[in-house]
Amino acid sequence: MKKKTKIFSTELFFNALRDSFLKLNPAALVKNPVMLIVEVCAVITTIILLSGISGGYYSGFNMQLAVWLWFTVLFSNFAEAVAEGRGKAHADALKKARKNVNARKISGGTVTNINAGELRKNDFVICEAGDIIPADGEITEGIASVDESAITGESAPVIRESGGDRSAVTGGTKVLSDRIIIRIVSEPGFTFMDKIISLIEGAKRQKTPNEIALTILLAGLTIIFLLAVSTLPFYYKYSMVSSGLNPDNNISIPVLVALLVCLIPTTIGGLLSAIGISGMDRMIKRNVIAVSGRAIEAAGDLSVLLLDKTGTITMGNRMASGIIPLSVVEPFTLAYASLLSSLSDDTPEGRSVIKFVKENYRIKTADIHTGNASYVKFSAETRMSGINLYPESGSAKLIRKGSLDAIERFVESAGGSVPEETYTIVKEVASEGCTPLVVAENKTVLGVIRLKDIVKGGIKERFAHLRKMGIKTIMITGDNPLTAAAISAEAGVDDFISEAKPEDKLLCIRSEQAKGHLVGMIGDGTNDAPALAQADVGIAMNTGTQAAREAGNMVDLDSNPTKLIEVVEVGKQLLMTRGALTTFSIANDVAKYFAILPAMFYSLYSINGNAGPLGTLNIMNLGSPQSAILSAVIFNAVIIVLLIPLALKGVKYKPAGASEILKTNLLVYGAGGLIAPFIGIKLIDLLINFLKIA
Amino acid sequence: MEPRDFLQPAALLFLIAVFTPILGRYLFGVFEGSLKMPKIFSDIERKLFHYCGINPGIGMNWRKYLFSLLVFNFAGIVFLYVIQLVQGWLPLNPQGFGAVNHDLAFNTAVSFVTNTNWQAYAGETTLSYAVQMAGLTVQNFLSAATGIAVILALARGITSRLSDNLGNFWTDVVRSVLYVLLPGSVIISILLLSQGVIQNFSPYLNVTTLQGMPQTIPMGPAASQIAIKMLGTNGGGFFNSNSAHPFENPTPLSNFIEMFCILIIPAALTYTYGLKVGSRKEGWVIFGVMMFLLVAGFSVSLHSELSFNPALNSTVLLEGKEMRFGIVNSVLFSTITTGVSCGAVNAMHSSLSPLAGMVAMINIMLGEIIFGGVGSGLYGMLIFVIITVFIAGLMVGRTPEYLGKKIEALEIKMAVVAILIQSAAILILTAAASVLNPGLSSVLNPGPHGFSEILYAFSSAAGNNGSAFAGLNANTPFYNILTGLVMLVGRYGVIIPVMVIAGNLAGKNISPSGAGTFMTNNFIFAVLLTGVILIVGALTFFPALCLGPIAEHILMKQGILF
Repeated sequence: MKKKTKIFSTELFFNALRDSFLKLNPAALVKNPVMLIVEVCAVITTIILLSGISGGYYSGFNMQLAVWLWFTVLFSNFAEAVAEGRGKAHADALKKARKNVNARKISGGTVTNINAGELRKNDFVICEAGDIIPADGEITEGIASVDESAITGESAPVIRESGGDRSAVTGGTKVLSDRIIIRIVSEPGFTFMDKIISLIEGAKRQKTPNEIALTILLAGLTIIFLLAVSTLPFYYKYSMVSSGLNPDNNISIPVLVALLVCLIPTTIGGLLSAIGISGMDRMIKRNVIAVSGRAIEAAGDLSVLLLDKTGTITMGNRMASGIIPLSVVEPFTLAYASLLSSLSDDTPEGRSVIKFVKENYRIKTADIHTGNASYVKFSAETRMSGINLYPESGSAKLIRKGSLDAIERFVESAGGSVPEETYTIVKEVASEGCTPLVVAENKTVLGVIRLKDIVKGGIKERFAHLRKMGIKTIMITGDNPLTAAAISAEAGVDDFISEAKPEDKLLCIRSEQAKGHLVGMIGDGTNDAPALAQADVGIAMNTGTQAAREAGNMVDLDSNPTKLIEVVEVGKQLLMTRGALTTFSIANDVAKYFAILPAMFYSLYSINGNAGPLGTLNIMNLGSPQSAILSAVIFNAVIIVLLIPLALKGVKYKPAGASEILKTNLLVYGAGGLIAPFIGIKLIDLLINFLKIA
Repeated sequence: MEPRDFLQPAALLFLIAVFTPILGRYLFGVFEGSLKMPKIFSDIERKLFHYCGINPGIGMNWRKYLFSLLVFNFAGIVFLYVIQLVQGWLPLNPQGFGAVNHDLAFNTAVSFVTNTNWQAYAGETTLSYAVQMAGLTVQNFLSAATGIAVILALARGITSRLSDNLGNFWTDVVRSVLYVLLPGSVIISILLLSQGVIQNFSPYLNVTTLQGMPQTIPMGPAASQIAIKMLGTNGGGFFNSNSAHPFENPTPLSNFIEMFCILIIPAALTYTYGLKVGSRKEGWVIFGVMMFLLVAGFSVSLHSELSFNPALNSTVLLEGKEMRFGIVNSVLFSTITTGVSCGAVNAMHSSLSPLAGMVAMINIMLGEIIFGGVGSGLYGMLIFVIITVFIAGLMVGRTPEYLGKKIEALEIKMAVVAILIQSAAILILTAAASVLNPGLSSVLNPGPHGFSEILYAFSSAAGNNGSAFAGLNANTPFYNILTGLVMLVGRYGVIIPVMVIAGNLAGKNISPSGAGTFMTNNFIFAVLLTGVILIVGALTFFPALCLGPIAEHILMKQGILF
């Protein structure tokens, strides 16, 4: 998928060419009222041309008009077909990757070989090195390195393991090492890969809210012009009678049709769907799969972004980097207690504590004696983990490790109190930007474990970039306020929420939304799922859990949280391209009026066969009435083709304030839209008259 | 053209700018209920509500608000229609006028209720004092109050958050009349009386002129109607020749006062709106755009009036204008009265030079938003603001927002309907009238000028302006019924979509503004708004204008007149 697709490859070009004719089917054009009208106009002109020919009268002018009207529709279809074609190329590449594979299904302790297509939800399969994972699932047992290049294009393998936030595997990816047991989570035909393919193919593409509103505006403009043009023959008849002309020689229908097609917003109307499809395509190029176009558009509107600290702002996991005992406690006592309390903690932090203690205090696995013990697993709710030891003699030892406030509650409920020294150490650790974990045994605090957080390189610049776009970043973390403040200052986020419980993410999103903000959320864990679903734009990391991927409306295949910047840019580009082309299209009409109206009206109120008064409106000094009308129609058709690259690539976006962006676009597309057609029409007119084809 | 000619227009516009914040703040206090009124007025207000069974505190959603408005206006039309038919039996009818024709009565009833004041009749030869006072003058107050009510509802819709309360229609109407229009009219009537505007119930005078010819001079209670005709941007004159008549507009000072009255409430409402939405700059930007369009139109008109006219071999076109006021004041009046949806005239618009006539027409065709009618000008302008915000919002890469409210499909649909419906009425009916016999037979002048007469008539009706390009005989069943219908479409075809927008916006949350938010209170937005207004208007009507005033102008330069 990383493979670059050129805007025009030969194959793409011919496919698009074929499709642009297939799309002439009025049933397909109904969704695009502007182009439907152009097609109706082309049909009318063709009928008039043919009935003229059958009556022995051939009009070269009508002939050329009909041809150019058909071209206008074809050019628009071509733009759409090219945009779709690029998506199809991606989808085909994916389909090739989805070979028919065998699955080894475990049922009742026996393993049977079946076709992957027969797998159902909640089946269990076993995969070993070299196997293609048959369907989306969750690892229930084992750890493996997986090659996900089929969907991400990234060749470096990733680690997938049971438990925690890295348990999801995607059908079609390849196990490189080890052996895992997978619980299947999707029905055939509804896998992640199937979803991606159907999204890319545009099969399920629905119009976005802004696109709907714009279509209404364009339809409204079309009706206004339809009225302005269809009432014209009546006014003209009055004027002919007043000028003493024969009222039977009213403006011919092909000329009226030409005026109508030139006035209605064909430029934007013709490119509208291509813009939308290419937006989706540009997301895919950046390895982001959006569930809907609506989500991409919403991304452009984000004003608040909520980021989970861990794995987003800081490098993956915090590592234990030291233990600090209280002055009355032996370092080894604390080290051993830390180790015991982490045995049941299978979070990366927990494992890092074990590793740290083992390495620094030379404790071997064999030295660990737990005897009669029960484990207290880490839960996000209590934010503690630990162990309860019941030695044969003496009272039970309850060892806990957790955040200061959690341990405070634990110690106090046991009837003890936290010594003042603990607070000093915690504060010191936190102010270094590290996370302090307090260890306690029964009602006695033993000391503090220091977990080091490493802020990702270059992230500060990325947040500054977001700020320029008008997006406020909020870091959300379970850390205490001091740590959170230190890290947020280092990372350059605008605000942070510390000591947050999982449900705080949801509450924070709701409260920002109530203030009228559009909130984006990046997350990967299962406990992020509600927040991802609540956020206006929820971006799930592909490495995250299945629940997170289901809840979000975008999945980042690269699992790179700062990808949001690109997502926002694509969203904004999408809207800007539509706005810019609408402005351009409307501004174009001024010049077209000055081309066509004098050509229509030149004979009115004329004296002695000279050009009438309204001939003076021919400020471009176009050669003849016929060439003037043709030039306008040709310009109108050709401009669609010329703007296809812009529609596919999008208007350039630089992060800047709204007024600045507006000024630039207004100058380029507004003023440009006023002037360009005057030059274009004049040039075409010169060419037509030079070739003497009008 | 001498430098002192600029003095009056400059003084007028300066005074408007000075009084806008003063009156604007007063209006804000009145409608927010934050201003304490003298006891006598608040007693009247309370009793009125009591007797009518209205609880002023109860808010309405858009449907209820709109329903009350439509019922109220419909009752007004019926009452006005009936009172014209029975005027022969009513008192205060010294000339003994009989029942008015059905089609004319319908036209006039609709005309005054819709704040159009298109007059297919001549006041002094058709209507009794009783009908003028109890019928027309009352509707002058109520139609203006209706306009104010709609803009208040829209402003509340824009500013409220997740609610459906647009205020109480009856409260808004009563307060507009009691605290704004009535006291204003009393002051203005007294000022006008001091200038010689008449106010009596006498029968018409029969006098012998200096040349020894007999002449009938109409009398009547003019001053009381003229004040509200201006202040409420109604424009329906007591006498046929409107503010060109010496009993309606005797002196240059009364002329100045009348122009001031046309502009002041629509102008002040922009400031009130700014206060309501919490940023006076928002109001001033709209005021600025309106003022720019007014001054631009006036400049074009004046330039055209004072240019050399080869057909007449003269630079001064005085036919159809009052010597009391001269060219500058006539053109200033024509620009203001068409921009503001007033429709009072102090010169015959048919006698304006072709381009000045075109400016008058364009002012109306743009939808009466250059200050526009009381209330209606501002809500019409906000329709354009919504369209502009939508296009501009897309261009800055965000879902378009206006004052924190998202502009989505429904708002765009309604805004398009509001703009489309007026344009459609003008274009279609002008087309019908320019080829059908009953339409053509009323046209006085040949050629492009005649076409302008038809175009102007339907523009004036659809825009609820009410002025006429004199020359068209409008009192025929064809024009009475068609213009009557067009006035209804032009008024309610905008009010209904505006109320839908108000209701829909009220239910939305307000997004806080940030760096990426597109601002509507700066110069660049003003430029863009002006551009959208002119381009939409120009694109719709350019072909028609070519065949009317533009053709006439070019021919005039070639020495040909119509």
